[in-house]
Amino acid sequence: MDTRARRADPAGIVIAGLLLVVAGVIWWDANSLQLTSTYGVGPKMMPIVIGIGIAILAVANLVLALRGDLPKRDSTALGPIVLILGGFAILIALIAFGGGFIPATAILFAATATAFGRRAIFTDLAIGFAIGLVTFLLFDKLLSLSLPAGPLERLL
Amino acid sequence: MDTFALLAHGLAVAVQPMNLLFALVGVLLGTAVGVLPGIGPALTVALLLPITYKLDPGGSLIMFAGIYYGGMYGGSTTAILINTPGESASMATALEGNKMAKAGRGGPALATAAIGSFVAGTIATLGLTFLAPWLVDVAVKFGPEDYFALMCVAFITVSATFGDSPVRGLTSLFIGLALGLVGIDRLTGQARLAFGVPELLDGVEVTTLAVGLFAVGEALYVASRLHHTTETLEAVRGSLWMTKEDWKRSWKPWLRGTAFGFPIGALPAGGAEIPTFLSYSTERRLAKHPEEFGHGAIEGVAGPEAANNASAAGTLVPLLTLGLPTSATAAMMLAGFQQYGLNPGPLLFAEKPDLVWGLIASLFIANTMLLVLNLPLVGLWVRLLRIPQPWLYAGILVFATMGTIAAKPSVVELSMLVGFGVLGFLMRRFDFPIAPVIVGLILGPIAESQLRRALSISLGDPMVLLQSPISATLLAIALLALILPFAMQGLARFKADAD
Repeated sequence: MDTRARRADPAGIVIAGLLLVVAGVIWWDANSLQLTSTYGVGPKMMPIVIGIGIAILAVANLVLALRGDLPKRDSTALGPIVLILGGFAILIALIAFGGGFIPATAILFAATATAFGRRAIFTDLAIGFAIGLVTFLLFDKLLSLSLPAGPLERLL
Repeated sequence: MDTFALLAHGLAVAVQPMNLLFALVGVLLGTAVGVLPGIGPALTVALLLPITYKLDPGGSLIMFAGIYYGGMYGGSTTAILINTPGESASMATALEGNKMAKAGRGGPALATAAIGSFVAGTIATLGLTFLAPWLVDVAVKFGPEDYFALMCVAFITVSATFGDSPVRGLTSLFIGLALGLVGIDRLTGQARLAFGVPELLDGVEVTTLAVGLFAVGEALYVASRLHHTTETLEAVRGSLWMTKEDWKRSWKPWLRGTAFGFPIGALPAGGAEIPTFLSYSTERRLAKHPEEFGHGAIEGVAGPEAANNASAAGTLVPLLTLGLPTSATAAMMLAGFQQYGLNPGPLLFAEKPDLVWGLIASLFIANTMLLVLNLPLVGLWVRLLRIPQPWLYAGILVFATMGTIAAKPSVVELSMLVGFGVLGFLMRRFDFPIAPVIVGLILGPIAESQLRRALSISLGDPMVLLQSPISATLLAIALLALILPFAMQGLARFKADAD
């Protein structure tokens, strides 16, 4: 604990700022509610309490940040994060535009495996494809839960 | 009917072949996810919720409980053999257990963990059996204001009292509470924080939040710091069996660990980490050979392992009798009850004795199954650890997304999943606890409706919260629990010592 830096931590200040924004949004949303209850308290009360709570916590987090009282952190590699989030972005796009479940699964699987250091993208795509295929059949035929279908899934 | 008759009746329900099968699937899954790093019991229950929607409620709940118990067993295997605790409750086990494995005593370490878990789980489940009916009798007298006050206690203890930083814990809790606001207000039908997005009108799905925070968040976090980790899997060498000396050194820590774990789990006092660390430091103080601590003392494995299993059983006490979840897994189990329209509490004991007592009785069965699964079959579980990490996490993410796609195949839901994943990543990086977010999301709306019910009965007079002696006492406890950690921020230093 002695290795902890004792100066203002910019990341902590950003966190405090974000919390303040959240508190503001909750406050604004609560004040846009029109109806109230006849007896007792209406739907506004809880958001206002929580909004105030978050605002107070924003200040507390700011104090911690200014004192440098954040846990020490290791360096972070951005590449893997971008790969995984990119995999998710393609998955969402494929589902949204009717590309189907199986190719979406294959791409997410390969992107994640690559992010974790594997360098065999075609093998991983094939594995992801197989997992997607098996689960699609399992869900569709056995559990009768429908998964999003694209051109490929309609053939099955 | 007295407790024994109820338990016997529950046993008759639990030994029905289908329920035995559900228990077996639960403990198998639980052990597997406990062994695998990056996936824990809370996430597993979250992933299974959409799939079990159409199954029998009793059976599914038995399976979820089996996962909870199994996760506690499996976590110890990983802690001992690769020094990466599968879940945080096994952190203390890793300290001594991994040293034992390195010294070629991995077998006895695994054995004392498994047998200790069995002893503790059985005693604590007995505790649950006898405490539950008593607590139910107390809970029937609770009015809405008392329930609200009780939830305030749970909010504070889960987030602030026992964590490293009360401020960060409370911040997590309030993020969860804020997410709980999203959706249509049940009393006036107005949308809160929905921003005109129709998918948000139903509120934030607890499964989406849990899967995002646990699975996606964890994957992002581990991937981002791959270059820091080196893992070595210790082979299980030598005999699996404990010597006479090992037994002599283990049985007292098992019982002491149980004595720490069960009450702390049963009080709404949050996770299993506190009792495991309390047990660890107690054993170190009481040990005949304190110099062995840090080099593989068997007491340091036996005590904490017993403590974490006992606390898992303890957590079920407030969950079943009051509907009060005090850990992430318990919160997911509450979501499981809600999925079938069941509300744990005194009413459930009165209306569905079959289900409640069947569940409790099946815990004894699950515990026995786990002992068999974990001792002779430990080699099988160790093989799970050989799955290459890239495939493991790719598989976790694929299954995580699958659950969401099956439940609600919408772009909004998937984007929320990824958004919560990023939130989970940031919370891990800046050391904000995850469990309070889940508890806040599940318990926040219930607390609000109890409070509004109390205040509409009292015609809006807030003094009702202080006029009921139960509520006044509970609110005083909550206040105390909030002030206490600021007064003595000891646990953080204590944990640092233990490392």
